[in-house]
Amino acid sequence: MAFDETKTEDFKVVGQRVKRPDGVDKVTGKAKFGADAVAPGMLFAAIVRSPHAHARIVKIDTSKAEALSGVKGIVTRADFATGLTGGDLDVLENVMAGEKALYDGHAVAAVAATSQLVARDAAKLVEVEYEVLPHVTDVDKAMASDAPVIREGAADQSVPEGMHPNVVRYHESGHGDIEAGFAEADLVVEDSFKTEATHQGYIEPHACLAQLGGDNKGELWCCTQGHWNVQKLCAAMLGLETSQLRVTASEIGGGFGGKTAVFIEPVALALSRKTNRPVKLVMSRSEVFRATGPTASTSMDIKIGMKKDGTITAGQGTFRLQGGAFPGAPMEFTAMCAFAPYNLQNVKQVGYDVMANRPKQAAYRAPGSPMAAFAVESVIDELCKKLGLDPIEVRLKNASKQGTKASFGPTWDRIGLVETLEAAQSHPHYSAPLKEGQGRGISCGFWFNHGGETSVTLALSEDGTAQLSVGTPDIGGSRASMAQMAAEELGIPYENIRTTIADTATLGYNEVSHGSRVTYASGLATIKAARAAVKILCARAAAKWGIDEDAVVWENGCAKPSGPNAGEFDPLPIEKLTRSMGRTGGPIVGHFEATPEGAGVSFATHIVDAEVDKETGQTKVVRYTVVQDAGKAINPAYVEGQFQGGAAQGIGWALNEEYIYGEDGRLQNSVFLDYRIPVASDLPMIDTVIVEVPNPGHPYGVRGVGETSICPPLAAIANAVSNAAGVRLKELPMSPPRILAALEDQANNG
Amino acid sequence: MQYHTPSSFDDAVALAKDAQGVTRFLAGGTDVLVQLRADIVTPDVLIDIKKIAGVSDITREGDGWRIGVAVTGAEMSEHDTLGKEWPGLVEAMDLIGSTQVQGRATLTGNLCNGSPAADSVPAMVAAGVTVTVTGPNGERKVAVEDIPTAPGKTSLEAGELVTAVHVPARGKSGGDAYLRFIPRTEMDIAVVGCGINLRLDGKKIVEARVALGAVAPTVLLVEEAANAIIGTELDDAALEALAEAASAACNPINDKRGTIKFRTHVAGVLAKRAAKIAYQRAEAAS
Repeated sequence: MAFDETKTEDFKVVGQRVKRPDGVDKVTGKAKFGADAVAPGMLFAAIVRSPHAHARIVKIDTSKAEALSGVKGIVTRADFATGLTGGDLDVLENVMAGEKALYDGHAVAAVAATSQLVARDAAKLVEVEYEVLPHVTDVDKAMASDAPVIREGAADQSVPEGMHPNVVRYHESGHGDIEAGFAEADLVVEDSFKTEATHQGYIEPHACLAQLGGDNKGELWCCTQGHWNVQKLCAAMLGLETSQLRVTASEIGGGFGGKTAVFIEPVALALSRKTNRPVKLVMSRSEVFRATGPTASTSMDIKIGMKKDGTITAGQGTFRLQGGAFPGAPMEFTAMCAFAPYNLQNVKQVGYDVMANRPKQAAYRAPGSPMAAFAVESVIDELCKKLGLDPIEVRLKNASKQGTKASFGPTWDRIGLVETLEAAQSHPHYSAPLKEGQGRGISCGFWFNHGGETSVTLALSEDGTAQLSVGTPDIGGSRASMAQMAAEELGIPYENIRTTIADTATLGYNEVSHGSRVTYASGLATIKAARAAVKILCARAAAKWGIDEDAVVWENGCAKPSGPNAGEFDPLPIEKLTRSMGRTGGPIVGHFEATPEGAGVSFATHIVDAEVDKETGQTKVVRYTVVQDAGKAINPAYVEGQFQGGAAQGIGWALNEEYIYGEDGRLQNSVFLDYRIPVASDLPMIDTVIVEVPNPGHPYGVRGVGETSICPPLAAIANAVSNAAGVRLKELPMSPPRILAALEDQANNG
Repeated sequence: MQYHTPSSFDDAVALAKDAQGVTRFLAGGTDVLVQLRADIVTPDVLIDIKKIAGVSDITREGDGWRIGVAVTGAEMSEHDTLGKEWPGLVEAMDLIGSTQVQGRATLTGNLCNGSPAADSVPAMVAAGVTVTVTGPNGERKVAVEDIPTAPGKTSLEAGELVTAVHVPARGKSGGDAYLRFIPRTEMDIAVVGCGINLRLDGKKIVEARVALGAVAPTVLLVEEAANAIIGTELDDAALEALAEAASAACNPINDKRGTIKFRTHVAGVLAKRAAKIAYQRAEAAS
């Protein structure tokens, strides 16, 4: 057997709906999350936060807080490393304000005390003198000439001359001649769209337990999507040698991209170093909303030309993204994803990264892509309506395929967009009759998916079972899918494999669990690590039989002679080989380290039926179907869960979730009561269809599935709501007041 | 913080009268404890009234009902007859919070929290519910609409507390309903609430009370809206007049939960819808 071959059929474990190994621990409360760790002598921390959207920090007086009984230490920016530059400086500035507080909720100091209540009281006693500065929170206003400057000199060289200093990065891509393309069109539709920032809404607030001594050696337990990244960033923030900080990832109560950054971890470490005690720091929900990383808000202009037969002749998009008081809004992703589903001869997209007085945005599930789809797919829907064309037929006519030159440059390899559109078209949902007051919307969506640095080890135990160590926190059932892939390769039962999320001291660097990369990259590494172990097993059998290693094959958990010429020997099961491994050459461990670059892109098509109460503007999503290309579904149940989760988050984003800032620049709705994520009764059962067009870059054909599912919902729901209400909704969320206002505008203006 | 568990209302009054600093009575605690944990109100004195005899009872009082101040929403919903006579009132209480909250939350707490958006309050006002207020100077009976005076404020004097809720006799051919608007389907605060209680003589409405929540600093009892349907058979013209009167009474604010324009419009929509339900219930009871 060749050890790097692709396997596409005859799976025994892969494709089964096995139960996740962490499930029982999670439903019985045994699983340890970020806030569940304790240490002897532990202190509790609280963070002092700016009540102002933009203010110069004149003075911080900690004397009263220090005098409070039980207070053991207070840190400010002076307790962190100096001389940082670039991205590290941005992270530190966000973790602990320097000269200025840049948004409502920005950390300015932190207290460690003997109890949570003392810490909270002490935080109130820290006196901060502010010089309040003018602020701006809206993306368009932040670009206007009269906008307050958040930070001079933050722009990079990509920004054209004459832009406001708050515009810090610029992107342009595309090909062809868009003016010629628009001239060819029978109809050109041009419109503007806005989306508000939303939060990932993970149920577990950030939490950590830090221990750092005066010798700069430390241990950190935290809830994160990537502990090597935490290790690297915290080492930089605190001036440590990276290897001297060991980071362990707790179980994680959701992340969706929002736990790929650090917020409280460097603060807890600084407090621990200062007090020489372990320090626990847990965010409140309000702190999570005010001071972690919501997604960017956007303002977008779209222009698309179409022929009467549905051929898109040209597409143009301008995407302005506000990502908080730091560079980094994912505008290039917005621009690149916007027209990615379509084969366009003439296309141009432009992006602006704009700073405003809001928290530093973090990744949120396919960062930037859902907003692009909302704008582009709304205009395509409008064109279909005006030209009397079927929205799926039009998308099929223009769909990207293998060999198409993508809107942002590359030429597509094997992709599955057409297959998702065809599956959607033939799904009973698409032809089901609608009731009075209901509308149907569809949309396509695209996400790149990612590979990234990956390191995996698989150690065999003497009884023939296996310990699989991966470095990507399990945010979607990945321990199950990793064990399935390892079981498939080793030919042993799924239950005989224990998958552990190893700490930073145990494996090489693992990139964060993001970019829908885990089942692809850690999965690929698991397969290769298992194959490496199998190679050793075969070698041990060969040595025992006295034949050539190449004359041994591995089948169903046993070493066998490859054929009659290899000799006649009884198969050697794994447990016989592992029982004797101490005497036959030592422990058997397979490992794999690489930065795999064959992540397969993924497309989806969603169908939504929505019902709008025209008297109140209330929307009910009555039916929802997700069709997405998974490449190969290792565990279909968890693939479906990802499909449904993306749709559910999209429904919230589309209808009611938003960051609401007051005139004073303060966040008005920093609790779940007023930040309205959907509750269970708001959602219909979300149907799923798994399309499998194998990714040539993975041994089993896996594509990432976690993110693409949130790309189409904003657009699909907007199209459904617009069709139900009879008026085009161009701003998210489509909250009841916005829908009523749109209906009223239409009634007044025709 | 001091925490007391008096065994009588007299003891509770005495404790409250002598209390220094911020005092809160604790029944279900679904507002008091949340405000404490969220660092919004940290009471100096907390007087838990759940240990007082009878506070968890729902009892007949003439042909009406006496509801103890610690009776929970869940207990109201599961009561055999209360909800048959006053479905609007019980449904309003049942809309508050989650199943877990329903196991704790009380009508009295919902009233005394002073929120203009309290769901049970418009339903109580529409039903003509009164409360007994006990204080250092004895007892007085107060209409529910006279308890809230501003957001977070009530007409209760220092040392006073609500000691019983009195629901009037249902009588013949009556029906009530409460509807609220929230952008989601549950677990939210009313953007607009409307309680309507009416009585029929044949097909004609002879008595009506219309109350609105979340559209003014306090709950509104809107006589003009009631007058718009009294004497009618709730035909389309009456419904339109009701909606117009309800909207005209609104004096809301723009906030994170809704706009002035939206609240004013939706108050009329809900009034019409609630009136239809109350009318059907009254017909069914005739």
